[in-house]
Amino acid sequence: MRPMPPAPAVSEPFPSAFDVAVIGGGVVGCAVLRELSRYRLRLLLLERESDLAEGISKGNSGVIHAGFNVPPGTLKARTNVEGLSRTYRLARELGVPHRRTGKLVVALADEDRPRLEELKAQGDRNGAPGLEIVDEIAIRALAPRVRGRWALSSPHSGIISPYEFTVALAECALQNGARVLLETPLTAAGILPEGYLLDTPRGRFSARWVVNCAGLYSDEVAALAGIDDYRIHAYRGEYLITDKEAAAVLDIPVYPVPPRDDSFLGVHLTPTLEGHLLLGPSSAYVEDKRDTDTTRPVMDQLKAEAFLLVPELRGLPFIHAYAGLRPKLTDPQGRVKLADFILEESRLRPRWVNLVGIESPGLTAAPALAARVVDIIGAREDLTLRPDFWSDRPSVPRFALLDDDERARRVAADGAWGEMICRCEHVTRAEVMAAVRNPFGSRSLDAIKRRTRCGMGRCQGGFCGPRLADILQAEGVPPEKIAKRGRGSEMFFGWMKP
Amino acid sequence: MTAAVEAHDVVVIGGGPAGLAAALGARRAGAEDVLILEREPELGGILRQCIHDGFGLFLYKESITGPEYAERLIDDARRESVRARTGAMVLDLTTDRLLRVNAADGYRLIRAGAVVLAMGCRERTREMIEIPGTRPAGILTAGSAQHMVNLQNLRIGRDAVILGSGDIGLIMARRLTFEGVRVRGVFELMPWTNGLERNVRQCLGDFGIPLELSSTVVEIRGRDRVSGVVVARVDEALRPIAGTEREVACDTLLLSVGLIPENELSKRAGVELSPLTGGALVDETLMTSVPGIFSCGNVLHIHDIADWASFEGLEAGRRAAEFVVRGAAAAEGRRVRIAPGENVRYVLPQSARAGMEGLELNLRVTVPGRDRWVTVRGAASGASYFRKKFPRLVPSEMLKIRIKRAFGEDVEVRCHG
Repeated sequence: MRPMPPAPAVSEPFPSAFDVAVIGGGVVGCAVLRELSRYRLRLLLLERESDLAEGISKGNSGVIHAGFNVPPGTLKARTNVEGLSRTYRLARELGVPHRRTGKLVVALADEDRPRLEELKAQGDRNGAPGLEIVDEIAIRALAPRVRGRWALSSPHSGIISPYEFTVALAECALQNGARVLLETPLTAAGILPEGYLLDTPRGRFSARWVVNCAGLYSDEVAALAGIDDYRIHAYRGEYLITDKEAAAVLDIPVYPVPPRDDSFLGVHLTPTLEGHLLLGPSSAYVEDKRDTDTTRPVMDQLKAEAFLLVPELRGLPFIHAYAGLRPKLTDPQGRVKLADFILEESRLRPRWVNLVGIESPGLTAAPALAARVVDIIGAREDLTLRPDFWSDRPSVPRFALLDDDERARRVAADGAWGEMICRCEHVTRAEVMAAVRNPFGSRSLDAIKRRTRCGMGRCQGGFCGPRLADILQAEGVPPEKIAKRGRGSEMFFGWMKP
Repeated sequence: MTAAVEAHDVVVIGGGPAGLAAALGARRAGAEDVLILEREPELGGILRQCIHDGFGLFLYKESITGPEYAERLIDDARRESVRARTGAMVLDLTTDRLLRVNAADGYRLIRAGAVVLAMGCRERTREMIEIPGTRPAGILTAGSAQHMVNLQNLRIGRDAVILGSGDIGLIMARRLTFEGVRVRGVFELMPWTNGLERNVRQCLGDFGIPLELSSTVVEIRGRDRVSGVVVARVDEALRPIAGTEREVACDTLLLSVGLIPENELSKRAGVELSPLTGGALVDETLMTSVPGIFSCGNVLHIHDIADWASFEGLEAGRRAAEFVVRGAAAAEGRRVRIAPGENVRYVLPQSARAGMEGLELNLRVTVPGRDRWVTVRGAASGASYFRKKFPRLVPSEMLKIRIKRAFGEDVEVRCHG
């Protein structure tokens, strides 16, 4: 394992002039940053939240899509299919846990079979590999507990942790000299003869190029530069997560036949790499771009729909509920019914690139979208490859996945591998320390959770929470600054007794 | 590098009130080499954070605090040369009693002549009871809050609402009040409290903290930090009654909504669990369905009083030592089943040797009542083996009965008017 390059000395002033500024640290922004970091460019990423992947990228199914759900000829289709192989390659390169699980879209009745065939034909046209319509017997072989008459089987679909992927992309870019600022929203954009002046609470930066990957806020960020072309609507999707016992029930994503209006893929079941099952998402427009509430009627609906596909889910305990938001260009009034991804250099503002409406399959498409951003910049100026580009990153292995001998070896070398911080997910102090000292300086509990899985298990932080409070204090974070995620979400009001 | 392998006669998983007693019991019954594996840096388990008194009334015949109670058990264990490894978490247990143990001083495989499960329990979470709403900071289980307040001196909030009237929630209501945290109220889904009567009186009544029965939290509000909870009354089917919702402003929500025996290791070992207790199915020797693996304390069933967990530990340890010395033969012979009937939530043990005398049963009733009969009858013959009237029975308090008569058939335990 290679150590991270040393952080710049404190005395060294943070640079103020960049070649490219990426706005937004979700999977798209981080993929763009990583792809650009191949070249001799001074790169800056601005993220308004207290960690990467805090928006759309943390609240989805984590599915690597093969490309049959998207209309042929669209940017969605092209970047999805291209992104499929790129995502697997990147995940391997960056050491991000993932699995090529395959996937089933299940028709419960014969009358739904034509819809599966339409999907297959669409996927074939898009270039999605290996699609097949299979019967009940084949369904049983692939997923014994799934009810279904016919299914579309997509052997190359898979699962990945979307936030670990996002963080890994940024870590790779960081090694190649990119700069990342958290809790740094863009507040104003001024126009320079050769680029843009970017105002943030952490100072003013100039950039020759701006790549707007601001997700839910991409319309507002574009508007800061006077580009009033877009309007994003938040479309909430609620999920439930089952206990790991679900691993015995299902280890392959299972989808129903999707609604025809292309609004979403239907309530589906997605295994996680650890054996939990995600049930969801629901779909509803919400006014507030931060409204990730869960609601009682939807929880009941998710269960009802999931039980139709896999009756044996009944009785499994749920360990968590969450909601994510999709950035929709379609609107609640139904004025815009279908919308493709937007990836374009603004006609009004040269060298300002907007990525807007990157909803599903954006996670899979992100690496392909990133390559297109490089093409846009490369078409306007010569890009020089860095001879010393590091395509990987220093990753810390997961203790839970190591065999006995490797565990023994690590503990013997460093006792921190012998100290368990999370009882449910078997996370050691060594892994937690690597996360707490992450190069982005994000020390919220959620940041640690997304990097280590501390708090993602069945006790939901009951065991690790007190331990993480101790660890953060030992790292110099006073109790009143220990936060779940960023400012306003502090866990404690200081000491109980002075 | 190959992981080190060790062997011990009796290995006790967990060093709380049950595990410490189990180790003692095993030593006193003649096991030479008894090892406790405790994942915390110190022995004592949950007792360490229970700084209130009321412990020891039965085991030591006086009322002491949790840490004092732990100290006595630890001193006893030292005198009996019990070995203990702290900061050591068992990650895996197999049917043939091989343990995988991680600790800062080494990752080991341990072979055990007998294993006593004494892992305790964990708390039900907001997510398990599926409270909708936002996901802000300020939502804690009562036990985690107790750890943070009593052992870490952390101010967890200023205005708290407590959902559930479990004992830890009641204790925390008083504890927070002592520390100047305003406790807005305790809300309990059931029409009765889930904690000991003495705790309801001493922790709520004495401090004027409102207790609302048949009500629950239906929504959590506050984007970053809890800003309030919506509470509603519930009907007889425990469903919220529309129109009864009201918001209670608070920055903290504590949950005391039940404890779950922590049987992940037991499951890995193939131990059969009871859906009624969440713990192992055991016989009169506290042995589980897997020979040589015994269970006691809150991992077996949730106790109301720590002393009972310790008594159970003493017995499990003794039986584990016997298993090591005499082998599995002791447990052979015809078995009878003991099943819960009318108004009995569970009964333990679930099976016993046919014809044994003086069997002690632990049970909990489903609904509270006064002047109730508890009876034990033969499932086939209808013969009565036990019959006694109790002035008051509540679900929050465990009842122990002893069946003096020997019986050779399956029996059913009932509680009726």
